[in-house]
Amino acid sequence: MNVAEIRKDFPILGREVRGKRLVYLDNAATSQKPRCVIDAIREYYETYNANVHRAIHYLGEYATAAYEEVRAKVARFINAPSERTIVWVKNTSEAINLVAYAWGRKFVGEGDEIVTSVMEHHSNLVPWQQLAKARGARLRFFRMTPDGKLDLSDLDQLFNERTKLVAITHASNVLGTINPVAEIARKAHEVGAVVLVDGAQSAPHLPVDVQALDCDFFAFSAHKMCGPMGVGVLYGKEELLEAMDPFLFGGEMIGSVSLEESTWNEIPWKFEAGTPNVADVIGFGAAIDYLQSIGMEAIQAHERELVAYAMDALEELDGMVIYGPRDERAGLIAFNYREIHPHDLSTILDQEGVAIRAGHHCAEPLARWLDVPATARASFYIYNTREDVDALVRALLRAKEFFSHVPR
Amino acid sequence: MSLDDLYREVILDHYRSPRNKRKMDDPTVVVELKNPVCGDEITLYLKLSGGVVEALSFEGKGCSISQASASMMTQAVRGKSLQEALELVERFKRMVRGELPASEADLGDLEALQGVAKFPVRVKCATLSWEALRRGLESDEGRVSGEVE
Ligand SMILES: Cc1ncc(COP(=O)(O)O)c(C=O)c1O
Repeated sequence: MNVAEIRKDFPILGREVRGKRLVYLDNAATSQKPRCVIDAIREYYETYNANVHRAIHYLGEYATAAYEEVRAKVARFINAPSERTIVWVKNTSEAINLVAYAWGRKFVGEGDEIVTSVMEHHSNLVPWQQLAKARGARLRFFRMTPDGKLDLSDLDQLFNERTKLVAITHASNVLGTINPVAEIARKAHEVGAVVLVDGAQSAPHLPVDVQALDCDFFAFSAHKMCGPMGVGVLYGKEELLEAMDPFLFGGEMIGSVSLEESTWNEIPWKFEAGTPNVADVIGFGAAIDYLQSIGMEAIQAHERELVAYAMDALEELDGMVIYGPRDERAGLIAFNYREIHPHDLSTILDQEGVAIRAGHHCAEPLARWLDVPATARASFYIYNTREDVDALVRALLRAKEFFSHVPR
Repeated sequence: MSLDDLYREVILDHYRSPRNKRKMDDPTVVVELKNPVCGDEITLYLKLSGGVVEALSFEGKGCSISQASASMMTQAVRGKSLQEALELVERFKRMVRGELPASEADLGDLEALQGVAKFPVRVKCATLSWEALRRGLESDEGRVSGEVE
């Protein structure tokens, strides 16, 4: 993998920030976009913009074919058995909400249990809280090991005949933990539970095979994987999607409509009311081609190498506290440094052109579990280099210098 | 724009040794305010009597800007009438949002926080304690809690 060449594909990486080279380490929030994605969107609007599915004219047919081709591409990307299992949504959050309404409100009842974890992004927690409230169900949580992994030793008690759903993130956006989703799914299926995997932080970074994981639902966002904002994916097993009622009603999702009654379109269109975000789906197609031209294995290997280098470099600094497991982890590191508040760190790093994130990263219960008000987070992607890590370290030392006269 | 605009010596001094950072035994109003986006929290204790802010103290967690701002606020507001205090809140907020030049804000030491205006994402850090004060002054109850957006 040639990172120098990859960097040239991203126009934004050529810009300066505050007179410094941009060191973009906020990839877990959103990734940058390669030129081919930007061009694909422009090409769509310049040469074949038309509404999909309904038009009987050249542009409409062309746009529909291109749009549906991306659905097939996504299916292949996560090894889904058919493009009928791929539902377009606008992001991971919407995908999870769709399941919480269209599956949850129909199949979760009083006294049922939903198992999730303290490391979830709010997107994979709040919809289940709401569902549990609405249906009189109960939320239960995986136990955690002290280093921030799921403790699976008590699954036999946690999963039982009341367990209807297990909703778990594939990779934590704070701890970097990669959860053993296949094993969890196998255990959950033994008690007849349905398994939803939040893939927002895994699909961009490692090879995903939904059939090997054997999860029932898998959700992810294009914008974290070189694609545009505004497109997300819900994968669902066919029989589940078939059994669910629609989430939104209106155009496109119907079979036939009379004044009193309607029937629903087939899956996946049953869940896609109204004009979809065609341009950004097209852009997402270009992003998947781009990632596949590099190779997901190569991307994973690159991030592993970089994160190991960063861990070593950060651990050299005294007063550094790193959260999450030491071994196998996703390409991000959350930390606190010398008790300098993450906001202050972020402001000082920003002056050096280094973009990180500070806060609870939409995982407030996890911050509470870590017993910190906030953490700083550096997250990597295909175009990040050891020089970026070195720039991070230099900027941290500058922060140390700046606050050196503040004894804490 | 440089870091020294934001982190003035007097700010770092208040961060290093915050004034009036303690629980109050006999407050008339207690305000708990949280910025859910960043996790900053403040508990502000007010002793209001005869239309005057007789005493203030605070507890909380947050970055240097939020802590220094709270500390400086407790000094600036003590002894002011409720009306004066509310006006101060307004002037302070307008200054750190860049709507009012420090030279016209007449805020004394607090003018050290004018640099915040050049760091828009940090404005909320600076205003958290002041928003707590506003809510406390305008409340009829002894206890207020809430969040800022
Ligand atoms: C683990 C995880 N889940 C869900 C989300 C939500 O993604 P989106 O904002 O695209 O809906 C994120 C993104 O921040 C995430 O990191």
